[in-house]
Formats: sequence, structure tokens, C-alpha cells
Amino acid sequence: MNKKANFTAGVRDGIPIFLGYMAVSFTFGIMGRNAGISAWEAVLISATNLTSAGQFAGLSLISASASYMEMAVTQFIINLRYCLMSCALSQKLDNHLPFFHRFFIAYGVTDEIFGVSIGCKGKLSPYYSYGVISVAAPGWVLGTFLGIVMGNVLPTRVVSALSVALYGMFIAVIIPPAKESRVIRALVLVSMILSLIFTKAPYLNQISSGFRIIILTLVIAGAAAFFFPVKEENPDTAENSPASAKEGSENEA
Amino acid sequence: MKHNIYIYILVMAVVTYLIRLVPLTLIRKEIKNPFIRSFLYYVPYVTLAVMTFPAILSATANIWSAAVGFAVALILAWQKRSLISVSLISCISVFLVELITGI
Repeated sequence: MNKKANFTAGVRDGIPIFLGYMAVSFTFGIMGRNAGISAWEAVLISATNLTSAGQFAGLSLISASASYMEMAVTQFIINLRYCLMSCALSQKLDNHLPFFHRFFIAYGVTDEIFGVSIGCKGKLSPYYSYGVISVAAPGWVLGTFLGIVMGNVLPTRVVSALSVALYGMFIAVIIPPAKESRVIRALVLVSMILSLIFTKAPYLNQISSGFRIIILTLVIAGAAAFFFPVKEENPDTAENSPASAKEGSENEA
Repeated sequence: MKHNIYIYILVMAVVTYLIRLVPLTLIRKEIKNPFIRSFLYYVPYVTLAVMTFPAILSATANIWSAAVGFAVALILAWQKRSLISVSLISCISVFLVELITGI
């Protein structure tokens, strides 16, 4: 599997991310317009941050003239889940990979790019990541630009439909392995049920979505690791299944 | 605004980037501990499931079109359709439901 093929596979998997990002960042652009920041500033935020919840929170802190420390702490808390994702991703990278790649891959650790990267068969090729980033990041920036320059121009129906693109993608990553493995199936089901409870139940619904993700991930994945430790040969067989679902996306480095 | 917007943006970008970068640069070897290995192996499934549900139900104009989009994605993913077809057909089904019901 060469660099070009990996890159192409990444570009292809980046297309749904591009569409989903357009819908979300378009809203970010509109909010930036309402908050009174310039198009250039909004685009700069999107290009350097590449994250949704963190940017929305950042925007409200900017309009509230919050302190820089408050900004740093908020970003840290909201985006802490990326730390868990990077830990998981570190195990998908080849030890012999030139070190500099990690600096570029890190830029693209978003919920969505992490999602498709984990769906890859075997080790993750950095060129696959670059392929995804090369499509996804411009979508994020472009949506921001259109939102702030043009305001509400996209028909709500189109925005509404595109809003499920990212969730559809997550489902495409987790369901095929859930079909193969009983443990993962139970894990997905329990995760969704607990997530629903944490969203709706009194007191629990006060927890921010970033922390909800972190708490549930630590507890559920921790319990699963304790009760169902993955046997040495299992990770590879299990990792093969999502890739086979992706119609021959071979991402072997 | 009494604060400089560029410093705000710099703070946001640096904090966010470091959270992503530090684990990737510190954990350079394959982890041998079976518990941590298993934990990291399970992390994406839990994280993605938690992020998807119930958030997907409030992503569209109303819960019914979202429920249809969710169901369509589940069925297609179960049939192991490609990432892009699961995602796009789910979008199209939401669009059609909202068009037909006139929401």
C-alpha cells in the first residue's frame, strides 16, 4: 500500500466530513457575524482550532471579554477528550514512523477524523490522515467563511439534512465491528443508553457534553477492559472488520 | 473589546493543539499492559457511541426526520455499506422526510 493510495483513501473518507463540517461551521460563521468578529478572524479561528464545541465556547468568551486564563481553562476542559483520542491513536501508529508526522497528525485529531482513522485496517498511515485533513479542514474553513460573509443563505432544509452527515459517519465506523463482536455490540448499546441518561436525567444533565464524553469513556471502556481484556491476537482481527465494511479501504502503511 | 482578539485566538489554538499533540509525542511505543491496551482499544467505540446518541436526535429540524436518518444509518452500517454511502444516504433520507412532511 503506497502513499498515494493511502492519501486517496483518506480523501474519499474525508468527503462526508467535508459536508458535515460545512453545515456546522456555517453556523459558526453566522454566530461569529452576530458576535461582531471579522470574516478573517473567524476563518483564522477555524483554521487554527479545527474543533466545534471549543470554538463556539471561545466565541462567547470573546464577546464576553473574558480573561485569557478563562479562555485557556475552558478550551482545556472542552477539548480534553482529544487527549483520550490521541492516546488511542498513538497505538495505531507505526513505531518506526518518522517523528515529525506526529506533529501533523495531531492537528487533525477531531472527533470525526479520529473516527475514520480508527476505522482503518491495521496501522494508520499518516498519508491517510493527510488525505482526510486535506478535504475536511477546507470544508471547516469554507463553511465558516460562507456563514460569516453571507449569513443565512443555505436553505434550512439543506443544513438540517447535512447535520446528520457526521453522525452517520460515526455509525458507519462503530456498527460493523459491533456486528462481529458481542462485546463491542454491548459496549455501543450501553454507551448510548448511559449517554441518553446523562443527557436527560436531573443533575446529570448539568454536566457539559465534553465531560460527559470523558466520564463515560473512562468508566465504560475501563469496565470493558477489566471484564473483557482483549487477547493479543484479537485486536487485529477485530480491527479488520470496520475496514472490510469500508469497501476495500486498505490503509496498510 | 478590551482584549486583543489575536491573543484569544492564539490561546485557543495552542491549548487545543497541545491536548492533541502531547499524548501522540509522549506515547511512542506500543503499550504492553493488557488493561491499558484493552482500554484504548475500546475507547473509540464508547466515545463515538456517546457522541452520536442522543445528539443525533436533535441535529435536524425535528426528532422524526432525525430518527429516520438514524435508523437508515444503522441499517446501512449493519449491512457494512461504505462510510460515505451510510453518511450520504442518511442525509438524503432526512431531506426527503422533511420535504414530504413539509417541515
